Amino acid sequence: MEPITLYRGKAAVLDRKNVDTDQIIPKQFLKRIERSGFGEFLFYNWRFDESGNERPDFELNQPHNQNTSILIAGENFGCGSSREHAPWSLKDYGFDIVIAPSYADIFKSNCMKNGMVPIALTAAEVKHLMEAASAPDYELTIDLPNQTLKDDKGFEASFDIHPYWKEMLVKGWDEISITLQYEKEISSYESRTKVASS
Amino acid sequence: MGKSIIEKIWDRHIVNEEEGKPDLVYIDLQYIHEVTSPQAFEGLRLKGRTVRRPDRTFATMDHNVPTVNRYFIEDDIARKQLEALAQNCKEFGIRLADLDSPEQGIVHVIGPELGLTQPGMTIVCGDSHTSTHGAFGSIAFGIGTSEVEHVLATQTLWQTKPRTLKLEVNGKLGHGVKAKDVILYVISKFGVDFGTGYIIEYCGEVFRDMSMEERMTVCNMSIEGGARAGLVAPDETTFSYLKGRKYVPKGEEFERNVQDWRSLSSDEDAVYDEEIILDGSLISPMVSWGTNPGMASGVDGRVPTFAEDIIDPKELNRALEYMGLEEGMAITDIPVQHVFIGSCTNSRIEDLRQAAEMIEGREVHKGVRAMVVPGSQSVKRQAEDEGLDEIFKSSGFEWRESGCSMCLSMNPDAVPAGEHCASTSNRNFEGRQGAGARTHLVSPAMAAAAAIHGKFVDIRNFKRTEPIY
Repeated sequence: MEPITLYRGKAAVLDRKNVDTDQIIPKQFLKRIERSGFGEFLFYNWRFDESGNERPDFELNQPHNQNTSILIAGENFGCGSSREHAPWSLKDYGFDIVIAPSYADIFKSNCMKNGMVPIALTAAEVKHLMEAASAPDYELTIDLPNQTLKDDKGFEASFDIHPYWKEMLVKGWDEISITLQYEKEISSYESRTKVASS
Repeated sequence: MGKSIIEKIWDRHIVNEEEGKPDLVYIDLQYIHEVTSPQAFEGLRLKGRTVRRPDRTFATMDHNVPTVNRYFIEDDIARKQLEALAQNCKEFGIRLADLDSPEQGIVHVIGPELGLTQPGMTIVCGDSHTSTHGAFGSIAFGIGTSEVEHVLATQTLWQTKPRTLKLEVNGKLGHGVKAKDVILYVISKFGVDFGTGYIIEYCGEVFRDMSMEERMTVCNMSIEGGARAGLVAPDETTFSYLKGRKYVPKGEEFERNVQDWRSLSSDEDAVYDEEIILDGSLISPMVSWGTNPGMASGVDGRVPTFAEDIIDPKELNRALEYMGLEEGMAITDIPVQHVFIGSCTNSRIEDLRQAAEMIEGREVHKGVRAMVVPGSQSVKRQAEDEGLDEIFKSSGFEWRESGCSMCLSMNPDAVPAGEHCASTSNRNFEGRQGAGARTHLVSPAMAAAAAIHGKFVDIRNFKRTEPIY
């Protein structure tokens, strides 16, 4: 996992609530056994019509949302299915950061396992960013170690993240290697509780 | 201060607890299916890691499998995914209920059937409907593929202790009101994210009165209210369901387990982070009209209007446009062209009995395509033993092989664009049952009645000599 510390990028706006992972990556693309290459299918049914042509009215197809790497969305982003293909496709498309008032639990956890930061701000802050982001050359700077987000026009907000996940993201660690250092504790738990075969 | 069942199970599973870190939690059981596991196994291979407890892991094929001609999988990519699962299970020594197995079925149907799911356990699966297993008084939740890999390698997960929510529904349900209606009612009342960050404990007379299968339906849809897990404390109903199942301990060991399982129930003075109390007698048979499970109404109700201001107008507009409905229209005026009885929510034997009872001696409405997909081979066999398949077939239903099928249409079963489907599944998201498909979530009895009438009907008005289940 690539470490993330100071991040700067342009933001796209998807002003919709309860965006579910079936929309982020529809089921027909879940049959592949690889982790990569899902970006072209991101928001597939919203991005493309039945003939495969871009729908011009869909937010991410609009000119001002091109070449962006931060996605700003409405509350409860990533609800529904646990498919990790959702963060895989967002990341592969080019989004490293998501900003929303709230996230579904499984999606949030899946993001962090893939070096993506799901930043939760207040509804008022997200609304402000959604309006501001339409300006040309508008960029956001995220300082993960200090848990702050700001633009070049004086807006600044702070966000919460569990210190464990922050360290994992900032250092780009592989979580399984960390856990395997707890082998003694796991084995001792198993013998203490007599975890039998089923 | 007393503890809730949620805290009791949690505390029992802590492997490591330290300041500044989430708890390292032991996972008793992991279920695996073909869609969310291949990248996890590949991750193990790339790092030269093994599966720590193959004996605590159980796999099945369900999402991709065809429900007719199941051995002939036209879709190359789907076939490769099923082959990858078989290969991975072989390589890492994991039990697999494959297409040939008499135990094959939807992961959340077969786990309980086989007695793998037991009270007090921590259970995970790369599938959000893992919450189903909470019906047995276990903490069961869906995880992503990276976490699947983490559990395969370490049999643990780093988890922050969830908040607890007590959801109490008292009173008696009316005739024709089922478990599906209860959970749809709760989600329509509190929204699709009221449970985010919580584990729900379902309490009160309504859940105590439910069978295990009904409790599974409720717990299954906890995730549709945002809660990764929801559970019901184990009781006599639980123990008698479990007794004698394949992987449940026998004899004295079973009795010892029952004694321990009883001690899991929440203490009288347990404190929850949040409590909700509802009256079950107020619940009607429910029908979802929109594009998430919170957008649902009683069958005697109407689609909301903009003036009522219940739902954000932009969201309401988008949902009505997608669903092809008018604001304020009666639910019973919504036409139905497809009926799907199946999925991990409602594909068990009691579900099929309820549906069969509604249609016996009647015919599927002209212009309706109706299908039953039993949750497992075992459910299918039992239904056939009881003659339910004949009732379905003679009414005009298709009788299929077990799998996830039209709940998410990863296999060839799908609803065409613009057509309405009365579905016993769990998600009415855009495109879920096929691009442009319009899903309405209902109970099996409501779905069966819609098949007969070609539209939604209030099953409480059905004139029957026998009471409706």
